[in-house]
Amino acid sequence: MIETDILIIGAGPTGLFAVFEAGLLQLKCHIIDALPQPGGQLAELYPKKPIFDIPGYPEVLAGDLVTNLMEQIKQFQPGFTLAETAETIDKLEDGTFIVTTNKGTKHHAKAVAIAGGLGTFEPRKPQLENIAFYEEKGVEYFVKDPELFRDKRIVIAGGGDSALDWSIFLSNVASEVTLVHRRNEFRGALDSVEKVQELKKLGKINLITPAEIVGINGIEHVESIVLENEGVQQVFETDYFIPLFGLTPKLGDIANWGLEIEKNAIKVNNALDYQTNIDGIYAIGDVNIYPGKLKLILCGFHEATLMCQSVYQRINPGKRYVLKYTTVSGVDGFDGTRKEAEKAVVKSID
Amino acid sequence: MPQDITVYITDRNGEKHEVQAPTDMNMNIMELIRAYELAEEGTVGVCGGMAMCASCQCYVLNDVISLERNPDEEAMLWEAYHVKENSRLGCQIPITEEIDGLELEIAPEQ
Repeated sequence: MIETDILIIGAGPTGLFAVFEAGLLQLKCHIIDALPQPGGQLAELYPKKPIFDIPGYPEVLAGDLVTNLMEQIKQFQPGFTLAETAETIDKLEDGTFIVTTNKGTKHHAKAVAIAGGLGTFEPRKPQLENIAFYEEKGVEYFVKDPELFRDKRIVIAGGGDSALDWSIFLSNVASEVTLVHRRNEFRGALDSVEKVQELKKLGKINLITPAEIVGINGIEHVESIVLENEGVQQVFETDYFIPLFGLTPKLGDIANWGLEIEKNAIKVNNALDYQTNIDGIYAIGDVNIYPGKLKLILCGFHEATLMCQSVYQRINPGKRYVLKYTTVSGVDGFDGTRKEAEKAVVKSID
Repeated sequence: MPQDITVYITDRNGEKHEVQAPTDMNMNIMELIRAYELAEEGTVGVCGGMAMCASCQCYVLNDVISLERNPDEEAMLWEAYHVKENSRLGCQIPITEEIDGLELEIAPEQ
């Protein structure tokens, strides 16, 4: 059982910044995210896109903002349960919660903050009749552990950055990498496209375009896929089929937790602390709704900050506390580090 | 003062709406659909307008605009579902005086 003060669901910018604000109040955080890496949409959808409305940054790449947030929170040593989704929640008699993921990982927390953005990113699946049968039997929608493909034959389908990047990476892991895309043009970073071109020439990536996968065969596990290329079908032997057609967000199991939902978002008390209708469960960032709500990263940061103050009061009822400024008090990490402003040197002038 | 234009949008339930759209706010069709709540929130404009999700796919029903897609839009529609010859991404259609009278139908959810 993982023990924490605040269990944060969602490792996007709002969830990550909540770790910092919680840390200032000596509260420990653990984060669950469905994706295999932190950053949420910023890391998954648009890491190379600039953001222009983060206060203090005239321009910052989404991926860099995530890197900076991870750097900012590292002294508070957050725990992560990645590539798992929060499935059920139980409220115990003492007001604490147990959240269990789809993989059975249990988390015990004094408060829960849902920072799930648009929801859990679920893979867009190819419309193949029998694909569900082969899931985890040779069909993988994410590359969670590249070692799974060590010395195996793999077929990757897709035309975006993830299809390109994983083809490049796995060309050094798998025994045979085939990249299939419906058209000749790829939509990815130029250097990735060029790298795939180079690996194709070296014979390390087998590129098949324009082609589509129209069938999967195998008794207990994927054994081959059926490729359609300009009207001609061809059976192609492989051990794994990895369709990377992007992700669609869904609110998912959280929608069944008894929370008040409006317009696919969780209703919260914005006048006070972003708590939901269930005492001890908060919703912050794009996942919540209240009158005047704006889905902006900067609003998520504000909501995370107020949530942490409320959780502090909840955990320490009656304990007096006033807000402190990092410029004055510095930042004491859970890892023993201390950051503080340099003391001003007073020197006399002759 | 720029004049508002009129756009006709058929929602996912088949209901046709006549909506007024401002041309001076740098808006696009996806945002117009959200502003008038013509599709359930969270089911349109999911990626925020970066041509990365196809949740704002529309079918163009008259010849007010060209069916020519920009490269990002074309790439996204290649990977989307329910795509027809007259598919465009709402987020890639800016609201300008030139599109006055445009008729669209919102494509089914992805």
